[in-house]
Amino acid sequence: MKSRYSYGGDEHIFVECDEEMSLEAFFKSLSITKAVKAAQINGVSEICPANASFQIKFDPDVIKAEDLLAEIEAIEEQAGGGHSKLATRIIEIPVLYNDPWTRETLMRFRDRHQAPDMTDIEYTAKVNNFGSVDNFIKAHSGAPWFVSMVGFVAGLPFLYQMVERKRQIQSPKYLRPRTDTPKLTIGHGGCFGCIYSVRGAGGYQMFGITPMPIYDPNQQIKHLRDFMCLFNPGDIVKWRPIDRAEYDAIVADVEMGKFSPKMASVDFSLDAYHADIDGANAKLTGALNGH
Amino acid sequence: MAIRVIKPGLSTTVQDLGRPGYYHIGIPLSGGMDRFALRAANLLVGNPEEAAVLEAAFLGPELEFTSDATVAVTGAELPPKVDGVERASWNSFVVRKGQTLSFAFLKYGARAYIAVAGGVDVPVVLGSRSTYALGALGGYKGRKLEAGDELPIGSGGGGAEGRTVPPSLRRAPGSPAVLRMMPGLYWHRITEAAGRHFFEDGWKVAPEADRIGYRFRGGRPLEFVPREQPFGAGSDPSNIVDACYPYGSIQVPGGTEPIVLHRDAVSGGGYFMIGAVISADLDLIGQLQPHAQAIFAPATMEQALAARRERQMLLAKVREAL
Repeated sequence: MKSRYSYGGDEHIFVECDEEMSLEAFFKSLSITKAVKAAQINGVSEICPANASFQIKFDPDVIKAEDLLAEIEAIEEQAGGGHSKLATRIIEIPVLYNDPWTRETLMRFRDRHQAPDMTDIEYTAKVNNFGSVDNFIKAHSGAPWFVSMVGFVAGLPFLYQMVERKRQIQSPKYLRPRTDTPKLTIGHGGCFGCIYSVRGAGGYQMFGITPMPIYDPNQQIKHLRDFMCLFNPGDIVKWRPIDRAEYDAIVADVEMGKFSPKMASVDFSLDAYHADIDGANAKLTGALNGH
Repeated sequence: MAIRVIKPGLSTTVQDLGRPGYYHIGIPLSGGMDRFALRAANLLVGNPEEAAVLEAAFLGPELEFTSDATVAVTGAELPPKVDGVERASWNSFVVRKGQTLSFAFLKYGARAYIAVAGGVDVPVVLGSRSTYALGALGGYKGRKLEAGDELPIGSGGGGAEGRTVPPSLRRAPGSPAVLRMMPGLYWHRITEAAGRHFFEDGWKVAPEADRIGYRFRGGRPLEFVPREQPFGAGSDPSNIVDACYPYGSIQVPGGTEPIVLHRDAVSGGGYFMIGAVISADLDLIGQLQPHAQAIFAPATMEQALAARRERQMLLAKVREAL
């Protein structure tokens, strides 16, 4: 896996770790960007890891593009291969699947969808051969997901399902993007899941909604007081299906300042994961319940 | 002191030089789309260059002043009027307590910068007063101005009236606007002929042109080099595994309409990019109206840096002149 380097205009260096998505490519992006951050290079203003690539923004008046590129290449040689261990956290996200708000929205945009006579979740269950929506929800919420990128808009996590490739849920994006998506929609496009942090345009299939805020620019919500965005690349997410009553209860708790997300510190090893995916996942999700 | 918004204009926002450091979690730089005009407006009223100003797109606001203030308007030719009497743009003038600043119709360009001595004093969020409307962050309540808003103005402004940026130092896009770009990123995804066509063809700014990005229409669709799509990328040949988007990057969804991302850029996504507009030409994009003609011209890193130095020298001359 040889990285491909390119300039993005005169202020960015863009590095594609791999053309295709994999946890290896993501770990490479994460470990190199961490090392670049630690190197505290003068003139670097943004260090952005993505799913299988990363980007560095710099001031060419402070550091020459070719000098920075050489420095990043040297860092890649040192950091790129080895780091497959990560001290991180797992966060439980309650999800109301098949909720009334995403349903209302998707009905308004059926003319932009591959299967106008089905809902997004029915369509995705069908093209992934799950047999039923219930089976689909079991698979979607069964294994944890890696936050492999944060972006598009403020605080939006891209999520990569932690199962072997042949079991990964895949779905096309809408034929033409919607102009509206409810805030906190659980979406899916290609092999990536996401949580829409703000209301707005979107092209991912919509499966449900979470009552748990993940972005608060006013920093009033209890768990977002320290920082307005919840997620960082490298976080791990576990969905938990809930019903409407619990959804309403959590919304009320958030409003009253009584809600705290369920989360736990975990150590992740890519080698241990590949040796036994289900076992490694059981350990991760067990940490949420104090195991 | 304060400014009362009587009419907000089409899209008027508080902007400074932006909010670096949070692009990795999707919060873009924001700040004035035409940074040269923003700096010049501040210099005219004696503010630090990075002070917060109002950026008014296409249609000017109507503003009432609660005390005397020195004001300057730069960027687009959106002629300012004080109680109905036209004043010169790129020029500092005084608005008295109780007077109203309004604007005649846009003559050319797209965005005017309204600086007030003392600066617009909205709260600093993550190091900047700029508005990022998509994230409801910064500026005045995280949004564009509305009638009835009251904007606080900082103290300590003491700019003199009658200061001018000489016409030779003002910048405006030509027609067609020439946007220099460095081919790169996923340029290898299109055929050699498509690469030639992209530079040969004339383009027009589409109605979808805002602080997030500018869409262009009119050129031939880009042909892709055939490949089997990589895992995770999506089935369209213009799809990639979702990656970061540089400022100024040119994505071409479906190969048809290029979009140049600007100061409120979405930070990443799943469309391939053929390169990025050089930093020196991003200001010009902020002054393009829908339907404006544009062409793209290839540039090397050396040419991009030379253009950057040229722009810095122009700014140095403005500083000297004031």
